[in-house]
Parts: sequence; C-alpha cells; structure tokens
Amino acid sequence: MAAKKKLMQGNEACAAGALYAGCKFYAGYPITPSTEVAEIMSVELPKIGGKFIQMEDEIASMAATIGGSLAGLKSLTATSGPGFSLKQEALGYACITEVPCVIINVMRGGPSTGYPTGPSQSDIMQAKWGTHGDHPVIALTPAYVQEILDETVRAFNLSEKYRTPVIVLFDEIVGHMREPITIPEPGDLEVVDREKPDCTPEEYKPYDDTKLIAPLAPFGDGYRFHVTGLNHSEDGFPTNNSEMIDKNNRRIMQKIDDNIDDICKNDESNLEDAEIGLFAVGSTSRSAKFSVNAAREKGIKAGLLRPLTIWPFPDKAVSELAEKCKVIIVPELNLGQMVNEVKRVAAGRCEVIGIHRVDGEPIKPAQITELIEKYS
Amino acid sequence: MAVAKQKLSVPFDYDKYLRKDKLPHIWCPGCGHGIVLKSLLRAIDNKELSKDDLCMVSGIGCSSRTPGYVDFNTLHTIHGRAFSFATGLKLAKPSLKMIIATGDGDAMAIGGNHFIHTCRRNIDMLIIVYSNAIYGMTGGQSSPTTPIGSIATTARYGNVEPPFDICEMAKAAGATFVARGTAYHTQELERTFTEALGHKGTAVVEVIDSCPIYFGRMNKQRGASEMMENIEKNGTFSVKQADKLPDEKKEGKLVRGILHRVERPEYCEQYDKLIVAKATK
Ligand SMILES: Cc1ncc(C[n+]2csc(CCOP(=O)(O)OP(=O)(O)O)c2C)c(N)n1
Repeated sequence: MAAKKKLMQGNEACAAGALYAGCKFYAGYPITPSTEVAEIMSVELPKIGGKFIQMEDEIASMAATIGGSLAGLKSLTATSGPGFSLKQEALGYACITEVPCVIINVMRGGPSTGYPTGPSQSDIMQAKWGTHGDHPVIALTPAYVQEILDETVRAFNLSEKYRTPVIVLFDEIVGHMREPITIPEPGDLEVVDREKPDCTPEEYKPYDDTKLIAPLAPFGDGYRFHVTGLNHSEDGFPTNNSEMIDKNNRRIMQKIDDNIDDICKNDESNLEDAEIGLFAVGSTSRSAKFSVNAAREKGIKAGLLRPLTIWPFPDKAVSELAEKCKVIIVPELNLGQMVNEVKRVAAGRCEVIGIHRVDGEPIKPAQITELIEKYS
Repeated sequence: MAVAKQKLSVPFDYDKYLRKDKLPHIWCPGCGHGIVLKSLLRAIDNKELSKDDLCMVSGIGCSSRTPGYVDFNTLHTIHGRAFSFATGLKLAKPSLKMIIATGDGDAMAIGGNHFIHTCRRNIDMLIIVYSNAIYGMTGGQSSPTTPIGSIATTARYGNVEPPFDICEMAKAAGATFVARGTAYHTQELERTFTEALGHKGTAVVEVIDSCPIYFGRMNKQRGASEMMENIEKNGTFSVKQADKLPDEKKEGKLVRGILHRVERPEYCEQYDKLIVAKATK
C-alpha cells in the first residue's frame, strides 16, 4: 500500500503524533505559537472517546493533565514560554509522583511575554531546571515536521515506559512550518502502554522499590492507593524516614540514568572524519546541516551532531565529538544554554564556540558557514 | 428535597473507611478537622458509596491531609490546585465520585481562580472547605477568611483585609449546591454532606472549623471547647431561624444550612451530550 503523504504544519503533526500514540486526554490554555495543537485536539479527541478541556490557566492545565493520566488516559498539554513557566510546579509533582504525561513547548522569544510570534530556543534550561528540586527530565528536540510527529509518539512511549513527564521542545519556526510528511499506518511506529499491576490490590505498592519503575494502576479500578507530592515510601504515603527519602529521590533519577542509551537519540551527519563539529537542535540544526553540506563541497571536514533527546544530555556523543574535533560550534537561539553543556563535556579537549541570536530571527547558514571557514 | 432528619448514626464503625495504619493523624488536639471527617464518613455511609469509586483530592494544608487517612482513591496535590487535578480525573473517568478536601487558604487564596472556574463549569464534585480563618499548616498566618481585626502571625496589629464569604463566592461563581455547616453541629453537618453527595454538579460545603492552637491562642480564645461553644452561641444561626431572628441578632453571624440549590447541566454530561454527539455525527 502506498504510504499516505500529507502537507502538514508542525503543530498539526504534533497533534497527529499524539493521537497515533493513543493520547485520549488534553488539558491546555491557548498560547501562541502552540495553540493549533489545542485546537486540533479539541476537534479530534471527542471523535475517539477522548476528552479535551480548556482550563483557566496553565497551572490548572498541567494539574488536569496529571489527573487525566492518573485516571488511566494518555494525557497531553501544549504551551509556550510563559505558559511553560506556569506549569513548572505541577511538572515537578508529576516527576515525584511518577505520573506519565507529555508537555509540548513550542518555544518563543522571552523573557516574559517576549516575542510571541518569534522563534527561540531559550527554554532548554527551563526544561531541565524549571521546577525545583532534583528531578528526572526527558526532553526531545525535533527539527522537521515529520520528526515532530515521530518524536511526539516517542515522547508518549518514553513517558509511559519510565513513568515520568516528557517534554517536547521545538521552536516556533518548526511548529509553524509546513512540510510534506508520511502519515504512519497503525503498526508502523512502536506504541508503548504503561505497565499495569498484575498483583492483588492488597499487594499493590505504587512505588515498589524492588523495581526501578513500578506498574501504575489507574484510579477507580479497585487499587485504592495514595499519591502525594511529599516524599513518600513504597506504599505512596508520606514519610520522614531519611533512608526512604534518599532511596526514592535517587531511584527516580536512576530510572533515567540507567537507561540513557534507550532514551538518547542523535542524528549524525558527516561525523566520521569531522574536524569541525556542529551541535544544534531544531530549526538551527537545519541551518547547520546546510552549512555542513556547503563546507564539504569545499573540502572542509565539517560534521553535525543533532540530538533528538536534549535531556538527558547526550554526553557520550558529545564526548566522542570532542575527541576528534578541534572545535565544536554550537548555534542556538538563546544567549548560551547548550553551549555550556557542550563545554562541560568537552572539558577542554577542543574549543567550543557558540553562535547566539535573540532578535527573533533564525540563525542563517551564512552565519554558521562564516565560522566554519574561519576554523578550516 | 428538604434536609430530611435522619436517625442518629452512633455508634458508627469509622474503621471501615479509615486507613487505620496511617493513624494517629497530624491534627493538633482541639482541631476541628477530624470532626468534619467523621461527619463526612457517616454521610458516605448513608449514601452507600463504594470505596473503589470514591476519589478524594486535596491541596496543601492541615485540612488537605485528610485524603491520607481514608481508604479511597486518594490524591494529595499541590497548594490550591486540587480542583484542577480533580477536574482532570473526573473528566477522564466520570464514574469516580469526587470529594475535594481544602482549606480556606488553599481554596480562597492560591486556589481561588480554580475554585471559581470549577463552580462555573458545574463539574460533579463535592468541595469541602475546612474554614478555620487561618493558615494552620504554616503556623497561623492570616487567610482570605480571617475576620477584620483578628490577630495572625502576619497580622500582628490586627487584620485589615475584609474576608471573603465562601458561600456567596461559590454561588456567584455558579456552584449548584452551596451549604454551610460547622464542626460543632455534627449531626446537621452529616445531613448536609449526605444531601451534597446526592447532588449532581459542583457542591460546595463550607465548614466553620476552629484552630485553637494558632487562631485561638493569638485571639485570646484559649480553649478548644470554648471556641466550639463560640461557634454555637455567637457564630452562626440556622437557615430555619433566619426568618424569625431580628436583624441585630444576626449581625456578625453566619447562616448555616443549605443556602442554594439549583439544577444546571453538569459538565461531564454536557461534554458527552453535546460535544461527543456533534463530533461523532
Ligand atoms: C506554592 C506553595 N505556597 C505556599 C505553601 C506553604 N503552605 C502550606 S499550607 C499553607 C496554608 C494552608 O492553609 P489552609 O488552606 O487554610 O489550610 P489549614 O492548614 O488551615 O487546614 C501554605 C501557605 C506551599 N506548600 N506551596
């Protein structure tokens, strides 16, 4: 059968990916440039027995999304900068209570209301550190419309598998761009559902610490358990026992750390013999790819490392890059966020240089090419 | 239907609804929160509700610790947001019977926006506001229901802010069942909860409660029983007495009983009836 091709906008592909993954619940609050995701979900979810609700703000949206997931439905919310800030407290709640859910952040210029219709990549660090306390974070960074669909599916899969919120970050350019994509048929992409308990309700421990990730029972199915954002023990109830607090705080980090290879995903081009490395995500990585191709035509050994998972940070891939390159160039639509992570991993083994832009315009290939040529 | 007189339900086996291994509770001696919970459990029993369907959600505060002690599906969330978590749960799984446990600070300050929008949607849930006119958990700061002139740790010279009337607020925002009870009038509170649990839509019950440790000590109402008596003698009058009492006897007091009850389409039902019906046509 011929694959179904369709011209789609990034935000539209995001909604399509969510539906493909089995999302049945959406709670959100409108904000440019993410609003199309909400609008599409409001139309599509009721058709398949799902639920959509427009809440009174992003705090409520994040909370309702967690509620929807605890009732057993795969749940989604989408937002942008200011809304992402408001979601942070409840996002931390999802981390410690280990409730799967997916948060889309179509990044716009900031700080504050900033530049609603301008692209940005300035929430990279907020995705990692926005909510207080040590906590696990998975964040994905698609750069093409097709990838937005595929990565939204992967976001749900990781979220269900690791019982943790997953953030998908893409900039306004990719969110609003239209590209022809292939719509996957059922079965083409893997779809993961959370593990449910097979023990009796009496035996059920929602945070069973003999497991890295305990199965999650939906509310209302006979497993009457307790969920709290306080430090809790295996049975879900608050505890002051420092040993248990320590164990649980470490376990929720460990479930990510122990599975880095499963969670991290990179797209590499021309890296085998690269001397000049580029590290970029989203729309910026498209410019970088263009510049790498142009450099290769001139015989300059440039290559691109394009992470599709930005958190956990791709330490291994960046370390390999630092080994072989004399310089790593990090173009990003902010004043220096990923570049410091690259410097941390490179640890002086090569030069690391950022290209930063915060005027609401994309980083164009010419700007990157100039630097590549300078180092060639 | 009027509030039907029910026979006294003592002795009552509270244990069948409590997580006994999680006791003793954290509430201070003399706190009214436990009394409110007991009235609620009797009401739940009156309605023969299933523990598997019951879902209690709370925010943060002393009152919000209630869900930890009851053997239902229980969710202790973040400050002020219980309504929003509960909205997600209820919409996703309408078979859940939702009860929110919240404090006057949790519901009226940080959660005020969510409170009014929940009432506006008329989503099916019972909201119990444990109203002790103070922030108990954080040690006695003023709340949006602290009376003018009262002392709190953040209002040492007397509170200058006028308090909210929780019931008026609920009614104005669209709640379809609004009642006020007290931790003193326990049988009446049980009946009120029983009625509220039978109501379809957002039901708000404000329970006048007392915090002897913080509010009491700072406001020279030393004993817990003294504070309870105060609720009885000087604090409230019933809806039935309302017509008979002269205005001067009502001044400064709150009216108890079911204050407002109307029928209006419930959110989850409307969602199915209108939205799903149109979308799948
Ligand atoms: C976001 C946030 N802000 C502040 C607090 C601190 N805090 C905990 S409980 C509370 C007040 C609770 O008062 P109330 O809702 O009246 O309940 P009570 O303890 O009196 O039952 C506050 C301010 C918090 N936990 N979270």
